[in-house]
Amino acid sequence: MTSLPAPLGLLAELTHRCPLGCPYCSNPLTLDDRTDELDAATWARVFGEAAAMGVLQVHLSGGEPASRRDLLEIAAAAHDAGLYTNLITSAVGLDATRLGRLKQAGLDHVQLSMQDVDADSADRIAGYRGAHARKLAFAKSVTDLGLALTINAVIHRANIGRVAAMVETAASLGAGRVEIAHTQYYGWALRNRDALMPTRAQVDRAMQEMEGIRARYHGRLVIDMVVPDYYARRPKPCMGGWARRSLNVTPSGRVLPCHAAESIPGLEFWSVRDHALPEIWCDSPAFRAFRGTDWMQEPCRSCELREIDFGGCRCQAMALVGDPAATDPACELSPHHARIQALAEHDASQPTMVYAYRGRAVADSAAG
Amino acid sequence: MPDPLPERPRLAPGVRLHFDKTREAWVLLGPERVIEAEGPAPEILRRCDGTRTVDQVIDELAALYTADRTEIAGDVTDMLAELVTRRMVV
Repeated sequence: MTSLPAPLGLLAELTHRCPLGCPYCSNPLTLDDRTDELDAATWARVFGEAAAMGVLQVHLSGGEPASRRDLLEIAAAAHDAGLYTNLITSAVGLDATRLGRLKQAGLDHVQLSMQDVDADSADRIAGYRGAHARKLAFAKSVTDLGLALTINAVIHRANIGRVAAMVETAASLGAGRVEIAHTQYYGWALRNRDALMPTRAQVDRAMQEMEGIRARYHGRLVIDMVVPDYYARRPKPCMGGWARRSLNVTPSGRVLPCHAAESIPGLEFWSVRDHALPEIWCDSPAFRAFRGTDWMQEPCRSCELREIDFGGCRCQAMALVGDPAATDPACELSPHHARIQALAEHDASQPTMVYAYRGRAVADSAAG
Repeated sequence: MPDPLPERPRLAPGVRLHFDKTREAWVLLGPERVIEAEGPAPEILRRCDGTRTVDQVIDELAALYTADRTEIAGDVTDMLAELVTRRMVV
C-alpha cells in the first residue's frame, strides 16, 4: 500500500431509473439497466469497505434513489458503516412516511432538486406534471422531521433570470444550504446544450445578482455555486482532482473517478463485483490514468496552478478537444479556448428551447 | 460584522462530530463539508448540545485545561462565531 491519500466521498448511484426527464441530466446517454443493479447486500459491503478506507460521506444518488424499493435497507447500511449519509432526490416517489423511516435509519441530510420557482416552468423542465408541487410538500416534510435540507437548482437559459427567487424559495422552505449549479455539459446535457446555454449577458447578470444574494443571506444560508465554465477564464478544479478525493459507483457496480468518466474512450474501469474498493482506488487503470500531474501536457505541465485546478475537467477536454489529457478548454491558456466561447455563444443564440427528453420523441416534448 | 452567538449553541441539523479513524482526527461533518476539528475544538463542540450556555462551555474548558479563562473565552467565541457564520453551529 502506498501513501495515497484516502478518498473522502463516495457517490453511490443506486439506479439510473428516474421519473423525471430533466434535459440537463449529466448521466450518460446509455443508462444501466434495472436488472444489472447491485443488490442491497453488495452496497452494504461497498459502504463497509469505503468507511474502512477513510471515506466519510456517502451520497445516495441516481437516477432517483427512491425508485429502489430497498432504499431504506441501503441507507441503513450506509449509516451503520459509520458514513455521513446524504440522500439526493427529486422527491418523486418519496413521502413523509418513508422519509421518517429513512431518518430513523440514520439519514443525515437531504438534497432536493428544484427546477424553477414557477410550477409550470419547473414541471416543463422536469418533463413531469405536478413535480414542483410535490417538491414543495416534500421540503416541508424534511424540515418538519428536523432533517437538514439543501436545495439544488440547476441553472440554464430557461431559469437563469430567477436565481434570486430560487434562493428565496429555498430559504422560505427552511433549507440551510443552496446549490446554484450552472449546467455542466456532460451526458444528456451535452445533447441539449443548444437549448440550455445562456448568453454571456445572462451569465454576467446572474453572477452579479449572486453577490447581492450572498450578502443578504450571510450567516443564514450556505450558498455554494457551480460556475458556468464555458464563459470562465479558468477551469473548475473538477472533482478536486482526478482520483484524489472521491469515487463514484454506477448502478451496476463500475467504479469511476467521476460521474462522466465513461465518456473517455479506452479507460478501463473495475467493478465492485470483481474487486475490493481500496484495490480499485489504488490500482484500477482508470483511476491511475490522470491521477497527480505526470499525465499533463503544456500549458498545464509547467503551470503554477496545476495543483490548484488540476488542468480542469478530463471529460470536457475529451468532449471538446478530443484529447482527455489536454488542458480543459475552459482555461484561457488552452489553445482551444476561443472555440469553447464560440460554442457557447452559438448555442446561446439559438431561438429554440425545445428539449430532447430521454426516451421521448422531440415532438412530444415541444408540446410540453 | 460577526454574527451574534446563540445563547445555547448546538450543532446545526445535519452536522455531527465524528472521529476519523483513518486520519486519526476529529472532524465536523455537514452537508458537502468536512472540517477538521483541531486542538480543543472537539471538547468545545461536544459541549454545544443546546443545553449549555457559551459561558458554561468556557468555564468547563478552562477547568478541563486548567487554563486562563480569558484566553479560553477568546478561543471559544472565535471558533463558535466562525461556525455560526458557516451554519455549522446554531
